[in-house]
Amino acid sequence: MTHRFQTLVVGSGPAGIAAAVCAGERGARVGLIDDNPSPGGQIWRSRRGQEGPDASHDSEATRWRARLLNSAVTRLQGWSVFDQPLLRTLRAERNGEVADLRYENLILATGARERFLPFPGWTLPNVVGVGAIQAMVKSGLPVSGKRVVIAGSGPLLLAVAASLKAAGATVLCLCEQASLRQLAPFAFSLPATPGKIGEGLRYRLATLGVPFHTSSWPLEAGGDTQLRQVELSIHGKPRQLACDYLACGFHLLPNIELASLLGCGVTNGAAIVDEWQQSTVPGIFCAGETTGIGGLELSLVEGQIAGLAAAGQQDRARSLFARRNKLARFAARLAKAFALRPELQSLPGDSTLLCRCEDVPFGAVRRHRSWRSAKLHTRCGMGPCQGRICGAAAEFLLGWSADSVRPPILPALISSLAAPQAAHETSLEITEKA
Amino acid sequence: MRNNAAERTVEVIINGEPSKVEPGCSVAVAIALAGLPCRASITGQPRGPLCAMGICFECRATVNGVAHSRTCQLLCEPGMDIRTS
Amino acid sequence: MKSTYDAVVLGAGIVGAACALECALGGMRVAVVDQDTVGGGATAAGMGHIVAMDDSEAQFALTSYSQSLWNALAPELPASVEYNRCGTIWVAADQEEMAEVHRKLDFYSARGIAAEVLDEAALGEAEPNLRRPLAGGLRVPLDAVMYPPCAAAYLLEKAHKQKSGVELMLGRTATWASQGRVILQDGAEIQSPIIINATGALAPALAPGIAVRKRKGHLIITDRYPGFLQHQLVELGYLKSAHSSDSDSVAFNVQPRQTGQILIGSSRQYDTEDSGVDRDIVASMIERAAMYMPQIASLSALRVWSGFRAATPDKLPLIGPTEDPSVFLATGHEGLGITTSLATGRLLADHLLRRPSAIALKPYLPSRFEGVAGDGSRMEMFHA
Repeated sequence: MTHRFQTLVVGSGPAGIAAAVCAGERGARVGLIDDNPSPGGQIWRSRRGQEGPDASHDSEATRWRARLLNSAVTRLQGWSVFDQPLLRTLRAERNGEVADLRYENLILATGARERFLPFPGWTLPNVVGVGAIQAMVKSGLPVSGKRVVIAGSGPLLLAVAASLKAAGATVLCLCEQASLRQLAPFAFSLPATPGKIGEGLRYRLATLGVPFHTSSWPLEAGGDTQLRQVELSIHGKPRQLACDYLACGFHLLPNIELASLLGCGVTNGAAIVDEWQQSTVPGIFCAGETTGIGGLELSLVEGQIAGLAAAGQQDRARSLFARRNKLARFAARLAKAFALRPELQSLPGDSTLLCRCEDVPFGAVRRHRSWRSAKLHTRCGMGPCQGRICGAAAEFLLGWSADSVRPPILPALISSLAAPQAAHETSLEITEKA
Repeated sequence: MRNNAAERTVEVIINGEPSKVEPGCSVAVAIALAGLPCRASITGQPRGPLCAMGICFECRATVNGVAHSRTCQLLCEPGMDIRTS
Repeated sequence: MKSTYDAVVLGAGIVGAACALECALGGMRVAVVDQDTVGGGATAAGMGHIVAMDDSEAQFALTSYSQSLWNALAPELPASVEYNRCGTIWVAADQEEMAEVHRKLDFYSARGIAAEVLDEAALGEAEPNLRRPLAGGLRVPLDAVMYPPCAAAYLLEKAHKQKSGVELMLGRTATWASQGRVILQDGAEIQSPIIINATGALAPALAPGIAVRKRKGHLIITDRYPGFLQHQLVELGYLKSAHSSDSDSVAFNVQPRQTGQILIGSSRQYDTEDSGVDRDIVASMIERAAMYMPQIASLSALRVWSGFRAATPDKLPLIGPTEDPSVFLATGHEGLGITTSLATGRLLADHLLRRPSAIALKPYLPSRFEGVAGDGSRMEMFHA
């Protein structure tokens, strides 16, 4: 089956939703595709009817979601994009079906993933990411009365701590690896939630009532078949805490696999865009975390600019430049403040697994000269995650850059790879309810 | 998707045992609620979800006969057959 | 900067590694030069199938001799090599191919290679995921599979443990190899009375005019499906595609890996320098595989890649001296480099050390192609 769009948007998080809505305002045929069951991405993941500390931007999420649902945008949820077999045609699969998506303009809003760094015991069940535990709570995980340690780095830690508290969890402590000195400039203006310029760090901490430690990180996760306790380094001193969950993540990394496959220029792990959010490939735009981690507000503005630019509405797009530039500058300063410390490179031992898909220990990997050599000889990065988890860790731990991207950019069914090149043409229009 | 107001829970089958979960619950969470890991790693370690966003592939289980399904991206549906390894 | 060795091997793939090992075992001080990493070329891209081939006497001699060398080496191979004597089944789709099965049985039996005919029922039992009905097959139980990059690394490690050790120069590109001198891109120079060109499909770059052509192949690897496949399965039509004309072809050829992943091949194309994945060929390859194993279509594919085999006009490799007294070839192995690597190293070392060989070197001598281009034009064939 082939769909044809004037503008196709990949990723239905905030940036993608904003891009799709704006691109379609004047009647262009717009498609919005995402591999999750519902729109919203990570930060606007629909919850199970609970009120929570996300209320401050719940209204924003509600408004944009409503704009999307009321628009003529074709929503394709649950579809996984894995290749571009022809110029200006993406191929996606869902439940054994294959769809070709032809576009004139493409907007990549593929978001970000967490960076995981290995430490002894990190593979135990109930050691999860920071965004991950929030996503799991929204997907029905009951945390009331559960003891949670939050560790890693970034503004997301604070937001998730608040979110978990509101869900009834006992947040034992929050360990941020950055030093107090690194964070001090933001004491009064640090956004508590990613991208939102709101209350300062001190105020949020005071209202949170969760022990907050800087210069702190996990040393070891312990347990039998699942997590039972965590050993933390808190200002250089080891401390053990019995707990049910360890939510640990070290910042976010842009998902640039699709952009790379399409030939878009990339620098420092993010897609390069001009003021119109256009990538180095004409007709392909990028918006949101794909262009660099910048948070919710920036994602929304970039999404709007990309959508308007793709729809030829330059003036309206231009009117948003100043706001975008200001948010982008703030995001850059934030990234610097939370920079990862070299001590984290010593966390994994030789027997600590680096590659979870293939169970490859760090010691086996670090003997090699390059990522390619390590892959070939230890098989790290050869599993289904295609090196997304271990590759990011190896980059930080060993300074290795990733390989070039090949299709399929996500595992796909053999039958999907066999779909004929010139896909059968139809101009079927589907408006799906998510 | 509208739920029938009378239908408060969704019943799935995990390794042959019925399990009731709230509507909107992901398969990964249903497996966790049953006290099980999603899978065994290639050296036999128990594993559960890490990223909860479809990237890490740690949450794979066989759902309705399809092996290696990423359960964090699947919502529980009535009668769904879930098998962990 | 110059350095001196008894032998320099160009190419740290499985053939180069085998040559380096045999030279080191023979007491030589050896250097190995590769532009990237150990086993990074066709060694990484191909299927690690160790198979006795019957398409010519010379091919059989080389593959069966080399297979016996692998059998002898097997006990010392580390787990990372994943050596598994799972056997091959040559699959017959019709009665014409069953006749070929019997012909192969006679050929192998007469030469001491164990083989058994499987009728339709036995084939279905041996491999339940093959579609029914097929006509049957030939099982060759002593064929093996393994993971070549780690095998190449092991051979080099073993070589390094010999008295003179091995100097491994990785990430270094040779730009000139002649008259006892190898010059590297960074200006370094290596002197040696013996230069072994084992650079596979890239061999003509350092030995212009030799009869080696690139023949592109594709492979797919799936996620883990333990028990899906027990043997290496090859359709009898494989021989037609591997040894027939120059046109693009695909054949059913699948391999079980130790983890339960399935390797799916194979394809052959000449006349393309493009190392990117050819989606049309991959689609054809999958269609062909699904004709034999329909369930393959529902497996999850993790990666697709391509590589270049080194092909010669008569399907036999180039092993031995060239017109330059310091340059020796160990290349042109097409799809049998993994199988015949050990014998290549042994035969070449025998020649260099003036020792008798277990099989004749003559069919593989580069001189058989003197005055012949890579595409086989103006060729005189010297049959064994």
